[in-house]
Amino acid sequence: MSGIFNSSIGRKFAMALSALFLMVFLLQHFSINILSVFSPELFNDVSHFMGTFWVIQYVLQPVLIFGVVFHFVMGFVLEYKNSSARKVAYAKTSRAANSTWMSRNMLLSGAVILAFMGLHFYDFWFPEINIKFIEGDMSGLIDPNDADSGYRYFEHLQHKFVDGWRVAIYAVSFVLLSLHLLHGFNSAFQSVGANNKYVRGLKGFSKVYAIGVPLGFIFIALFHYFTH
Amino acid sequence: MNLTLKIWRQKSANDKGKIVDYPVSGISPDMSFLEMLDVLNQELIEKGQDPVVFDHDCREGICGSCSLYINGRAHGPQTKITACQLHMRSFSDGETIYIEPWRAEAFPVIKDLMTDRTAFDRIQQAGGFISVNTSGNTQDANAIPIEKHNADMAFDAATCIGCGACVASCKNSSAMLFVSAKVSQFALLPQGQVEATDRVLNMVKQMDDEGFGNCTNTGACEVECPKGISLENIARMNREYLSASLKG
Repeated sequence: MSGIFNSSIGRKFAMALSALFLMVFLLQHFSINILSVFSPELFNDVSHFMGTFWVIQYVLQPVLIFGVVFHFVMGFVLEYKNSSARKVAYAKTSRAANSTWMSRNMLLSGAVILAFMGLHFYDFWFPEINIKFIEGDMSGLIDPNDADSGYRYFEHLQHKFVDGWRVAIYAVSFVLLSLHLLHGFNSAFQSVGANNKYVRGLKGFSKVYAIGVPLGFIFIALFHYFTH
Repeated sequence: MNLTLKIWRQKSANDKGKIVDYPVSGISPDMSFLEMLDVLNQELIEKGQDPVVFDHDCREGICGSCSLYINGRAHGPQTKITACQLHMRSFSDGETIYIEPWRAEAFPVIKDLMTDRTAFDRIQQAGGFISVNTSGNTQDANAIPIEKHNADMAFDAATCIGCGACVASCKNSSAMLFVSAKVSQFALLPQGQVEATDRVLNMVKQMDDEGFGNCTNTGACEVECPKGISLENIARMNREYLSASLKG
């Protein structure tokens, strides 16, 4: 057992587990964000709960941060090891003949997603952390001195999607996320050794997820851009 | 057919090597690819030049010796055949053809197109076998009931000829398809159960020690495998390995 994560299969297993965990988080994130389209009040209430409930803030959020960092760091470690396995390149290759673009470019799509997360954190996560833990305002209100001012979350969200360039960057990033997931979701099942009739059904679901969830995020960004 | 061959020439393992152009003419479309190389080598010998070194043996797709990366693909543009089964009718008159050796740190070039694939032998030696009592009272294998589906899958896995096309095709030079086929052919049969735990642990350790890359499930190995070894074997090996790791 001790050497499992020093092996190629063990590292891929860990990569797959972190990916499956992040996909559960992404679905949860989408489920909350889509509320902003149908009910700003409900979106505000759920956002406030997520942002202030101690189990989420102090237990699940650190686990999530670890999962994100682990997935990216392990991705780069695996890429380094893989590139070391062939130091002399072929003069001619026809990789499109035997594999998909997304399966060969997980590092590229992953790097775009990483850059997008930098923008996403700048837009939403850092301001939230600043207000809650540096300024010490846990009220979630637009004006902490006015209890009738309402929660700030929906207004913050809409304000960010006024900028057309930001919406375009979000859309492109989510297209890359979709391509990343189209290969990654299926690949995770293979890496954990799962291959039976139930998994074959799940692989069908994985395509719906890989296209549907990123498309949903793009829809939310466009919705707020055009309705603000 | 008249062709321009761009062939990797490398005098020894320590030589840097380079692509050298060779025009060839009068090639019959019905020649095999290796016969076309034989024609070239005959011309080189008659000119007093060093012939191109390449691996070959049975020339009927069984031995796994031929190992040519042709126009960017292992064993050339056709699927489920080896380079010796590839015919010149798969190419066009006047075409330029790149011919390179398998590229992987674990498969160092010996000379020209010949690579050292003994890494596969060492992986096999690490666990790709079963121990059988040969003292005269060996049980008849046919007396042991085996589910037909498992017997078929074990046979399919056992058709791997160890040519290394999976490694050559994989962007990461991963040997997972080869090792998984060797693990699966025993894991699916009752005779393979006794040493199952040690087998998968030792073979994967040897595979990693040899310097092969990690599998990223692109599926290129399965497409280019001349014997059509399935990716399902890799999932099976992952299961076997994770289960064996938990047992210790």
